[in-house]
Amino acid sequence: MTLTELKAAMERGDLSAKDAVAAFRDEYLEDCKHPQPLNCYIEFFDDALAKAEKADAARAKGEGGGLCGLPLAVKDNILVEGKPLTCASGVLKGFTAPYSATVVDRLVSDGMIVTGRTNMDEFGMGSSCEYSIYGPTRNPVDRELTPGGSSGGSAAAVASRMAPAALGTETGGSVRLPAAFCGVYGLKPSYGTLSRYGVVAFGSSLDQIGMLARSPDDIALLLASCSGADRHDATSEESGLEEILPLRPKEIGGVRAALPEEFFGEGIDPEIKEKVKAFASYLERNGAVVEPLSLPILKSAVAMYYIIAPAEASSNLARYDGIRYGFRSDDAVTLEDLYTSSRSKGFGKEVKRRIFLGNYVLSSGYYDAYYKKAQQVRTILCSGLAGVFDTYDIIVSPTSPCTPFRIGEKVDDPLSMYLTDICTTFVNLALLPSLSVPCGKTRAGLPVGVQIVGKRFSEALLLGIAKTYHESGGT
Amino acid sequence: MTFDVVIGCEVHVQLFTETKAFCGCGNTFGGVPNSRVCPVCAGLPGALPSPNARMIEYAVRAGLVLNCSIAGLTKFDRKNYMYPDLPKGYQISQFDMPICFDGFLDIEGEWGSRKIGIIRAHLEEDAGKNLHSEDGAGLSYVDLNRCGTPLLEIVSEPDMRSPEEAVAYVQEIRELMEWIGVSDCNMEEGSLRCDANINLWIYEGEKKYATPITEVKNVNSFRALRAALHFEVKRQRAEWEEKRLTLEEVGKVTRGWHEASGTTILQRHKEEASEYRYFPEPDLKPILVSKALVEELKAGLPELPARTRNRFVTDYGITMEDAVQLTSSRAMSCYFEDACREYDGEPKKIANWILTEVNGICNQKNIGIAEFPVPPSGIRELLAMTDSGRISGRIAKSVFAEMAETGAAAVEIVEKNGLAQISDRSTLEGIVREVIAGHPKSVEDYRNGKSNTIRFLVGQVMKKTGGKANPGMVNEILEEKLKP
Repeated sequence: MTLTELKAAMERGDLSAKDAVAAFRDEYLEDCKHPQPLNCYIEFFDDALAKAEKADAARAKGEGGGLCGLPLAVKDNILVEGKPLTCASGVLKGFTAPYSATVVDRLVSDGMIVTGRTNMDEFGMGSSCEYSIYGPTRNPVDRELTPGGSSGGSAAAVASRMAPAALGTETGGSVRLPAAFCGVYGLKPSYGTLSRYGVVAFGSSLDQIGMLARSPDDIALLLASCSGADRHDATSEESGLEEILPLRPKEIGGVRAALPEEFFGEGIDPEIKEKVKAFASYLERNGAVVEPLSLPILKSAVAMYYIIAPAEASSNLARYDGIRYGFRSDDAVTLEDLYTSSRSKGFGKEVKRRIFLGNYVLSSGYYDAYYKKAQQVRTILCSGLAGVFDTYDIIVSPTSPCTPFRIGEKVDDPLSMYLTDICTTFVNLALLPSLSVPCGKTRAGLPVGVQIVGKRFSEALLLGIAKTYHESGGT
Repeated sequence: MTFDVVIGCEVHVQLFTETKAFCGCGNTFGGVPNSRVCPVCAGLPGALPSPNARMIEYAVRAGLVLNCSIAGLTKFDRKNYMYPDLPKGYQISQFDMPICFDGFLDIEGEWGSRKIGIIRAHLEEDAGKNLHSEDGAGLSYVDLNRCGTPLLEIVSEPDMRSPEEAVAYVQEIRELMEWIGVSDCNMEEGSLRCDANINLWIYEGEKKYATPITEVKNVNSFRALRAALHFEVKRQRAEWEEKRLTLEEVGKVTRGWHEASGTTILQRHKEEASEYRYFPEPDLKPILVSKALVEELKAGLPELPARTRNRFVTDYGITMEDAVQLTSSRAMSCYFEDACREYDGEPKKIANWILTEVNGICNQKNIGIAEFPVPPSGIRELLAMTDSGRISGRIAKSVFAEMAETGAAAVEIVEKNGLAQISDRSTLEGIVREVIAGHPKSVEDYRNGKSNTIRFLVGQVMKKTGGKANPGMVNEILEEKLKP
C-alpha cells in the first residue's frame, strides 16, 4: 500500500496504525534472517509499535493530526529527538539527538510515527550506500547490486516495503539516484522549501531533505505537512506548498519540455536513453511540446559540485573534533593529538578524501583558482537555467547515466562513482526542484528513473505531471 | 636616533543584545558554566544559525557614531580554525564585506586633536572559554556560555603616535558605545577588549626603518594598555639598537601582557598563525541594510557626549568640569536632565547634589546610577523643599539618606518624621526667649560687643528644635531680642 492508501484505510477504520507498523516491522525482521539482508535500517525503533498504539487511541478520540499513525523511515543524518544519530560514521558513535529536525518535528506533530533510522553513505558522501560503518545496503531488486546513494537505505526500505515512505537528504542527487536505482519516486524539493534545521550539514548551500515514496500523492502528502519557513533556518522560505493537497494531475497538453543533449550523449546507458525517450514521447503523444536543448555548462556541473560541496563539507565536519560528543580517541596526549587521532579513527576514507579536497580548494593559494571560480560558474549556471525556464516548463533527462551497479564495483574508483551524479548535481547547484519518476525497466529487469526538473517552487507541477503519468499506467 | 611610535588598535565590543548573535539564548555575563547553551551555541549536529536583527541594528548605530559608511549589502563568512572552545570549528565573522567601513574618530589631549582612521567595523560571534584546573590534575573544562555573543570588531588605521593617544582612542570608543547603549563596555567582564599593534619608525639620516609589529594581547584595563605600550616602546627600541631587526625580516609577532611582571611575553610568530580558509557562510543569506533603516537608526541616535557637555554648560549654567562629570555616562546625563525638568531653582544645585550626594551613595554601595533607587524627580522634590524653606539643608541630607535607603518620597519622610522646618514666628519667639533666659552669660557677652556669640545662641535654638528651626528667622528674632 502507498502512504495515501494507508491513510485512507486507517481513516476508514480498515487498518490500525499498530497493524501497519507491525507489518513493516515483520518485513524488516524477516529480512534480517536472510543470508544477505538488505540492511536498509540501521535501527528499527523499539517504541514504534507503542507509538502506533497511542496513535490509534488518539484517532479513536478524533485527535492525532492529519497524518495520524502513518509510518515513516528517516535517514540517519536527520535528528529524531531521543534517538541515536550517527550519519553512518564512527565519529558520531554514542551520540543521541537532543532535539528533532524541524521537518521531523512537523511530521510527528501531524501524527507520523518514525519507524527507524535508515542506512546511508557516511555523512551523505557516496553514490552507492556502501560507505557506511554498518556495511552496505543492498538493492531489493537484486541483492548483489547497490541501491544507489547516499539515501540508499531510505530508498531500499520503501522499495522493499519496510516503510511506506522515507526521508532522505540530497546534496547532489542522493535522493533521486537511489530512487531511480530502486524503482521508487524521489523528490529533491527546491532549496529553502524544507528547513534544514536538524539535518546534519554536508554542503550547506546545496543540502535539502528529500522524500522517497511509491506515488506522487505520497510525496505531496509529506510536503504539505512539513514545508514552509522555519525561524531556525535562515535559508528556509515560504513556498506555498502547504496548499499542494489535493494533488491535481497535470494536463500534459501544452507542457513545454526541454531535453538537454548533454544528458543523452556518450556515457549514458543506451537502454536508459531509450526509456527516457519513451517518456518524452509519452509527453509528446499527450500534447506536450518536447524539444532538444543544448546547455553546455551543464557538463561543468559535476566539477563545480566537487569543489563547492567538499569545501563546505570540510568546514561543516570540523565540529566533529572529539571534544564535546561522539567518538573521542583515548590514546591522545596533547590537544593536537586528540583532534588528529579522533578524526583519523572516526572518519571513513571517502569523508577524509572530501575534507582534504575541501581544505585544498579553500586554502589561500588555491581559493581563487577553484572555489571562487566554481562560485562564479555557479552564477552563470543559475542564469542559464533561468533562461531555459523562460521558454520551458520542465527539463527532462535520465536520473542516472547507468543502471544499478554491483556492490564493490566502484568503491575503489571514486571518479567513476562521482560521474553517476552527472545528471543530478546541476539541480542542487541551481536550487531547483527535481523529481525522479520510475519509467520502466531494462531488459535485465533493472529500474530506470526519469528526472523532471522545474523552476523554483514548481513542485506541484512536477508531481502533477508524474501523477498523470502514473495514473495512465506509464509508457 | 629619532623615532615615531606607530599604534593601531583592534577593539572588540560585545553588543549588549538581549539574545545571542545567532540563537535565542540569553546574552548575559558569567553564570553557571554551560547554563546558557542550546544546540546552536554548542554546534551540535544539524544546528543552524539564524541572525539576530537587533545585532544588525546595534552594529549600524555603532558604525554611525564612528563616522563609518554603512554597507547596503553585507554578508557573513566562516573563519575556520580548530580550538576546544570553538564548537563548530569555525567562527561566523565578516571577511570582505564588513557592515561598517571607512570611519574615523577625533581624539583630543595634550597632543592637540588627532583624527584616527577606522578601516572597518565588522560583526562576529564570540567563542567560549577554556577553564584549566589548577589542582594539578591537568584537566581542562570548556564553558560555552559566551559562545555566540555578538561582537563588533573595530579596526583602526595605525594612526596613533603614543600610548596616551591609544588609550584616549579606546576610551573614546568605550564612551560612545556605552553612550548609545550598544554595549556596557565593561573591561573586567571582557565586554570591551583591545589588541594593540605597535611598532617604531626609526629615522637614521635619510633612512627610515620599521621595527617588527607587535600585537599586544591580554590587556584588560586602560592602565594595562598604557603600561604595555610603554613597555613595548622601550623593548622595541632596545631590540633595534641591539639587533636591528626590521618589519620585512620578522613580520608580526604576538606578545601577551603579563601584569605581575609588567612585561610582554612572546606568544607566537604571526607567520605560524593558522590559515583561516574564509568563505561565505552558506547557512546565512546576505543581509540587505536599507537606506531607510540606516536613516531611521540615525534619527534614533541620542545626542553625543561632546555636544551634551557643551549644551549643559550653556543651557544649565554649570561649569564645564561639572558637565564632564555629568556626562561620564548617558544614564548620569539623563538623570541630571530629568531632575532639572520642571525645577524652578538653579540647575547648579541639582548638579552639585548629584555629583556629591548621589555619587557618594553610589560609590559607597558600588552601584551605577541606573540602579540608584531614587528617581530624578525625587532629587527635584527634595531640593524644591529646601528652596521653599520647608526643610533645612541639614535635614535634607538626612531625608535623602532615608530616600536612598527606603525609596520613599521626600515629602513622606518629612511628614512621617515631623521634619518640616519651623518657620512659625511666635513658636520660634517662645523658644528664643527660653534660650535667652537660660544663657545670661552669653547674652551679656553679646551685648558687650562679642557679636560671634549669636552663633552659639542660634545653635542652642537648633538643638532645642532638633535642627528644624528656620535658621534665618532664628537669627533675625535673636538680633531683635538681644538689642539692648
